[in-house]
Amino acid sequence: MDDAKLNVILDRHDRDPSALLAILMDIQKEENYLPREDLGRVSERIGVPMSRIYSLATFFSAFSLKPRGKHICTVCMGTACHVRGAPKLVEQIGRDFDVKAGETTADMKLTLETVNCVGACALGPLVILDGEYHGNITPTKLERVMKNLKKEQG
Amino acid sequence: MAKRLQSTKELLSLQEKIGASRDPEQKVVSVCAGTGCCAYGAKKLAEAFASSIEGHGLEGEVALRLTGCHGFCERGPLVVIHPEGTFYQRVQLDDVDEIIEKSVQAGEVIERLLYADAGGKTYEHEKDVPFYKNQQRILLANNGLIDPTRIEDYLAIGGYRALAKVLDEMEPEEVCAAVKASGLRGRGGGGFPAGVKWESCRAAHSPDGVRYVICNADEGDPGAFMDRSLMEGNPHLVIEGMIIGAYAIGMPGKPKGYVYIRNEYPLAVERLGIALEQAREMGLLGEKILGSELDFDIRINKGGGAFVCGESTALMASIEGEVGEPRAKHIHTVESGLHDLPTNLNNVETWANVPLIIDRGVDWFTSIGTGDVSDNPWGGSKGTKIFALVGKVNNTGLVEVPMGATLRHIIYEIGGGIIGGKKFKAVQTGGPSGGCIPEEKLDLEVDFDRLTEVGSMMGSGGMIVMDESTCMVDIAGYFLHFLADESCGKCVTCREGLKQLCIIIDRIREGKGREGDLTLLQDLGETIAEASLCALGQTAPNPLRSTLKYFREEYEEHIRNKKCRAGVCKALIRYSIDAEKCTGCLICARKCPQECISGEKKKPHVIDQDKCIKCGVCMDVCKYDAVCVE
Repeated sequence: MDDAKLNVILDRHDRDPSALLAILMDIQKEENYLPREDLGRVSERIGVPMSRIYSLATFFSAFSLKPRGKHICTVCMGTACHVRGAPKLVEQIGRDFDVKAGETTADMKLTLETVNCVGACALGPLVILDGEYHGNITPTKLERVMKNLKKEQG
Repeated sequence: MAKRLQSTKELLSLQEKIGASRDPEQKVVSVCAGTGCCAYGAKKLAEAFASSIEGHGLEGEVALRLTGCHGFCERGPLVVIHPEGTFYQRVQLDDVDEIIEKSVQAGEVIERLLYADAGGKTYEHEKDVPFYKNQQRILLANNGLIDPTRIEDYLAIGGYRALAKVLDEMEPEEVCAAVKASGLRGRGGGGFPAGVKWESCRAAHSPDGVRYVICNADEGDPGAFMDRSLMEGNPHLVIEGMIIGAYAIGMPGKPKGYVYIRNEYPLAVERLGIALEQAREMGLLGEKILGSELDFDIRINKGGGAFVCGESTALMASIEGEVGEPRAKHIHTVESGLHDLPTNLNNVETWANVPLIIDRGVDWFTSIGTGDVSDNPWGGSKGTKIFALVGKVNNTGLVEVPMGATLRHIIYEIGGGIIGGKKFKAVQTGGPSGGCIPEEKLDLEVDFDRLTEVGSMMGSGGMIVMDESTCMVDIAGYFLHFLADESCGKCVTCREGLKQLCIIIDRIREGKGREGDLTLLQDLGETIAEASLCALGQTAPNPLRSTLKYFREEYEEHIRNKKCRAGVCKALIRYSIDAEKCTGCLICARKCPQECISGEKKKPHVIDQDKCIKCGVCMDVCKYDAVCVE
């Protein structure tokens, strides 16, 4: 992230160390993950040791320390989705795209993530592809949802 | 937007003005825009209605309203035509012009889009549909009527009237006393009497008069979404509750407010943000609220996706910018919470009850629910509770019932029974801290204390229905993995103990369970419960305990007979094709990722068991139910 952009984020939160969580969220929103080099500058400028930044960044599941793919596919693993077959969907995407949950494909096209309930339980099982919710997913429907991505991957 | 209101009198006259300007005969197309309906394409549907209204030259005549969640997510997208109240479900883009022409313009009812029950009977009005008819909606009552992004809509139904009453007529102590007398107990799970908490926080010493009022919107229980729905559908109700709380707990003094909300709820964050901004503009937040001495504002803090942050001390640590680890509560947070100052934390649904209690009175509230709270706030459970009825039930969605309604009433009368006429097995309540309740307890009257008695708990109100195809060992394993994953790692028993429980239960799921494993699970579970600091660890063994208690034979079958009767645990099942039902259509053979299904056209197919990875794709694609699990 360029310096000016980072400073805008820091100033938005008054360079307040107690706003660290919000600062990290803003960086991730811009960069799609938390680049190490950015974190180093945050540490210097708001006077918080790297150890504390890392403890936050690794504690909360919303953060990623590794670059994420162009597309992000999130499978809800809430209880309602679980009993309606969510684990099978994760396996299916894993098979079709050769990726494990929490990881990114080698070509950086797709990151597969799981989340512990997004509160749309009536629609379970649920898959969110780039922010768009797809409900009542079956293996066949999933194939349809992921079709364009599969094409893109070639 | 109207100017900043200077007094309660100005508020009440504005309410009257808005009320008078509303035409009860106004034609309105209201589209549910909750997360559920949006996932079904409600936004595009609303755009289509907008252009259809324009296309038919009805701009001035017919209004379009995007409302909060109606709760019947199963049937989305939902559309209601006012003033008739015609209730359409599963509305598609192609239906839009027809609705405008036939229903709005000609006043006809489109039979095809009405809700039909299992017997084929259709219902024209929302209120008559069994799903709604058998509920008592007080908190969710207005979700379908108002546009959550317009404060005028909330004012039109009497919003902020309770705040005016409190500022005009009541001393802060009287407000605390009223909430205590109402018997309102914390909806976040613990069931602690809210009024008792408020009084303790009010009484606690604060050197410069600062007291924090926090709304816990970190709805982390998987399978629960009532808080999300309240924030998305009626955010001002929650805000009004918090302002009343700030007055009762923090005056005279300097109350400050926070909402700690999950990162996974983007729509709720957006709607709440809009509502707070509107409340500020109108002088309902900020300095000298409605001309009174009360200065109070609310900040939104987004969580980072950690289940444990729903715990009060972890949540406060997270607001302070620390890692969300709980601390020992030798000193309660009401005395020393956020920034070591007196802090009162209540859940979204709890706050939403407050304006109703003040507006309609304590007697009205105590007339709903169980027990007697007249001289003991723990003496019963008052008011209603919203449950998220999900899983293997026909009508999934949000259900609001009086405390004391039976499980049978909720699951069968409101929920319409089990999907596909399968056999009910259990209902899981209370999230990962709760338990699974078996069929013989279906007549249980649901309230805080009855649920605890059967080894579960209220939690935030998730109710996940399970049928014969749900494996109870698998469910227990699911929750153990969930908790092991979400454990903050501070206590050894929780961090390491849960990991060991996962190893043992996975072994059982894989058909490698040993004699003595069940005792080991139980002993280890007790230790974790005894020796962990916060509720996450203390209640972690609950899903295990309740399934061991009520479904022990399933565990024993897994260990001794290497059998999973529900057909879930992969190592113990095999897929096969019923030669009589198989029509030889080749679809499963084409879709099998292992290419391990063989057979010719119009002849029964066979699965090669050595290659099969048990992915279940064949079963999903078969239209003739020919694939079975053994």
